[in-house]
Amino acid sequence: VADVAHHPALAHQFDSLGQQTEAATLGMWVFLVTEVLFFGGLFLTYAVYRSFYPAAFSAASHELDILLGGINTAVLITSSLTMALAVHAAQLGQRRLLMIFLVVTMVLGTVFLGIKAVEYYHKFAEHHVPGATFQFEREHQRHAQIFFSLYFIMTGLHAIHMIIGIAVLLVMWIWAWRGRITSDYAGPIEISGLYWHFVDIVWIFLFPLLYLIGRHA
Amino acid sequence: VSAHVVPTRVYYAIFGILMICTALTVGIAFIDLGPFNVVAALTIAVFKATLVVLFFMHVKYSSKLTKFVVASCLFFLACLFGLTFTDYLSRGWYASPRGTTMAGTQVTVGPAAPARPAAEAKPEGAAEGAAAH
Repeated sequence: VADVAHHPALAHQFDSLGQQTEAATLGMWVFLVTEVLFFGGLFLTYAVYRSFYPAAFSAASHELDILLGGINTAVLITSSLTMALAVHAAQLGQRRLLMIFLVVTMVLGTVFLGIKAVEYYHKFAEHHVPGATFQFEREHQRHAQIFFSLYFIMTGLHAIHMIIGIAVLLVMWIWAWRGRITSDYAGPIEISGLYWHFVDIVWIFLFPLLYLIGRHA
Repeated sequence: VSAHVVPTRVYYAIFGILMICTALTVGIAFIDLGPFNVVAALTIAVFKATLVVLFFMHVKYSSKLTKFVVASCLFFLACLFGLTFTDYLSRGWYASPRGTTMAGTQVTVGPAAPARPAAEAKPEGAAEGAAAH
């Protein structure tokens, strides 16, 4: 293939930028499949223990703050919208708009982490962190620890993903600022968006499974 | 040149549906539906995740190969959950005629505490399992 107007961002092994973006998208999805199974193992553990100790899980779930969890869900869904709008701006080559949406997305991600930190603080103050100082109503003392262990591992792993996501978006913001992202080369923003939306999806499942068990009881 | 450009009104519409679904899942959690509370919560979550995957993540507009990889994810998850639960849910169903505990053993999780609360001493189905051998 003759190098007709060779784009600076086009790697030599690809015929076109379209093919390059397609390959990158596919590669990102393969990674996300492994991520789904990574979190899947934890969701499976949750499912097994919840089926063993439904009453303890229900009682422990009541200790989580449904208002803060709900606000965080809304914050994260809004950040997914602004991320999608950032990708849209990148595809149309709207550099300023892209930079604004990336900043809004990062700010919303940080708000999420801040609210999460407040929730974690409450759990430490109430002795609901598994370990020697764990305190819970005696009937569920042992099995509530399993719930809170899963709560901290799952939301903690999710929070780590959020931090990585914000770091990735920061790099994307610098690339956009330097003019590296164009309508021809919006692939990096699209790939980062896939990761961000994936982290949102994990929370879409975590919220009802951790916060909303047995609320009617 | 690059991927399909989705009109922004699609994004705003999906965002609206996701927010309504979030309110819905919180509301339903406060209504007693018995075992269907979990079913309702998971159905809404799967619906929300599907919208995010199809529209925010552009899978609706992606190549067949990408769609195939995304679908393979569901297959692997089904293997993970299916194979694990065929074990956990079937424990204690069968006791050997010769009285061995090799099969049909009810496995309790964690060290046995001397004074365990009666309400949650054993997983569901443990009573039948114990009676069988």
